[in-house]
Amino acid sequence: MTDTDDTAADSDRAAASDAGGADGGTIEIRLENLAKRFPGQREPAVDDLTMEIPKGEIVILVGPSGCGKTTTMKMINRIIEPSSGRIFLDGEDVTKVNPDQLRRRIGYVIQQIGLFPHVSIANNIATVPKLLGWEKKRISERVDELLEMVGMDPGQYRDRYPKELSGGQRQRVGVARAMSADPDVMLMDEPFGAIDPITRDRLQNEFLRLQERIKKTIIFVTHDIDEAIKMGDRIAILREQSRIAQFDTPERILVNPADDFVADFIGRGASLKRLSLSRVRDVELHQWPTVEQGAGHDEVHRLLEGSDKSAVLVLDSQRRPVKWVNADHLRRAGHGRPLSELGLPAEAVVQPNATLSDTLNEMLSARYSTAIVVDSSNAYQGIVDIDTINETVRSLRRAEQGRLRRDDDVDDDEDS
Amino acid sequence: MPETPPWYEGLWTYLEFTWEDVVQLAIDHAVIVIISVLVSTVIGVGLGVLTYQTERPRELVLAVTGTFLTIPSLALFTLLIQVPGLGLGAKSVIVALVMYGLLPIVRNTIVGLREVDPAIVESAKGMGMGRVARLWRIELPLAWPVVLTGLRVATLLLIGIAAIGSYINGPGLGELIFDASIGSAAALSEVLSGTLGVIVLAVLFDFVYVVITRFTTSKGIR
Repeated sequence: MTDTDDTAADSDRAAASDAGGADGGTIEIRLENLAKRFPGQREPAVDDLTMEIPKGEIVILVGPSGCGKTTTMKMINRIIEPSSGRIFLDGEDVTKVNPDQLRRRIGYVIQQIGLFPHVSIANNIATVPKLLGWEKKRISERVDELLEMVGMDPGQYRDRYPKELSGGQRQRVGVARAMSADPDVMLMDEPFGAIDPITRDRLQNEFLRLQERIKKTIIFVTHDIDEAIKMGDRIAILREQSRIAQFDTPERILVNPADDFVADFIGRGASLKRLSLSRVRDVELHQWPTVEQGAGHDEVHRLLEGSDKSAVLVLDSQRRPVKWVNADHLRRAGHGRPLSELGLPAEAVVQPNATLSDTLNEMLSARYSTAIVVDSSNAYQGIVDIDTINETVRSLRRAEQGRLRRDDDVDDDEDS
Repeated sequence: MPETPPWYEGLWTYLEFTWEDVVQLAIDHAVIVIISVLVSTVIGVGLGVLTYQTERPRELVLAVTGTFLTIPSLALFTLLIQVPGLGLGAKSVIVALVMYGLLPIVRNTIVGLREVDPAIVESAKGMGMGRVARLWRIELPLAWPVVLTGLRVATLLLIGIAAIGSYINGPGLGELIFDASIGSAAALSEVLSGTLGVIVLAVLFDFVYVVITRFTTSKGIR
């Protein structure tokens, strides 16, 4: 009891002071001794939870099923009324205010998304502004703005119905709807849970990019630790009855799990998971000999001779990667065949905001030992190879351990 | 024995002379059914909305309205004319028809409301829609096709039962059936035109429901 709780409390304090340093001490949401007992159940579902959620961050509640994470989240907009304890939003006690008014200030996205099937996409998104009595013109402008924000053409989608959309599009509309009245706080209950893995990955990335702009305070519930590491500025790992096992940044949780429960929950391969934390733009790109696809075979031969690489990367006129070509390909193809028809396809292409984990994944599935990095218009930037990734893992680990040692020293000083 | 003409010739001759009366009776019939369905809808949907979330009242309402439907119509009509203020005629018929119409309407209202995806209701709640707004703007529109099916069943049921209402002087095509003096030359034609009239009316009403369904159900759930 004492050991683990002390550690949890320590990291709690560390997290809170971190936030204070970064954001001038602004706490958006504060949960105070929050508890929920359902009638007919002996054990409380949530027992005495106190937690502070800093402004503008994504805080992930993650834990095994039945740990009370969803109940905790639903108490914040009082879909589930707390049995005891208090909820503060930006310093204001909202435990007893009118729940409908409260909910209009909090965006809410659930796993099933729950779009209204009988009304158009525009009217779905307009739900809260209508409740708030906005003018028609303002609502319609806001709807278009939001659809564009989530990457959907308003002209094309405004008047469609949910059943005409794909799962990923519905999810986007769900997010747009939750943001319609520009709430400061968003609650998201496994928002990407019901979507196929490839689309989910894309939506997660899109959402992170969006969050960089909108800076909402987000409480995000998931049971998937990988999603937590990827999406969270801070992660609260919960054990049963929503007791906080550790509340900290993903880095610190991965490097320094508070106890066996957390370590178990993170599972093996924590250092592999760390790859989800660094992105391509954080590492140094290497250059590779490139050639335009209109170039002759002689030029390729000349480049290969002057380089220690065994192949060149062929780019099209907009500098987009097309093919890998080596001396062998040239020999077999015979003279005069354009480069774009030779060699191997330029797969494993990533953008700078891809995580190293995604990058490694791309490499493995293309069976190449390099990934091509392109900018947002798909023009060639450089390459990342498997050694770079390897080295990054090692240096991240060294840096993290060094920092933790320093932090621990500071903590000890404070305690004494 | 002189040969009697085939039944359809008799019917044809009968209608030639009386079609205006038959049409008037059909209109009376339709009116009394429409009134009864409307009253039954107000009561039935109301009861459904009030009880769909709580088990005991829901079971009770279904049991009571179910019992109404088991009372033989002749018996119910005979009982109702004894009630002060009702008596012989349209009033008693309407009361009986309303009672018979309740079960399909209440039942479908309850089923329709209970079939609404809880996730949709929760997201409505999570966005700050109050109880009444949720019911009017989300739950009832989504349950509407099922409720409408209930109305359709009730209507067809009442068209048939309304014919029997003429037994206690109710208006409608039943008059042709009950007034036919058995054995008379015109009896067969009268009964046939009454019965066929009821069938034609039922088909027309069904068509009207197809149109109503088409125009009152959102494109998103068709």
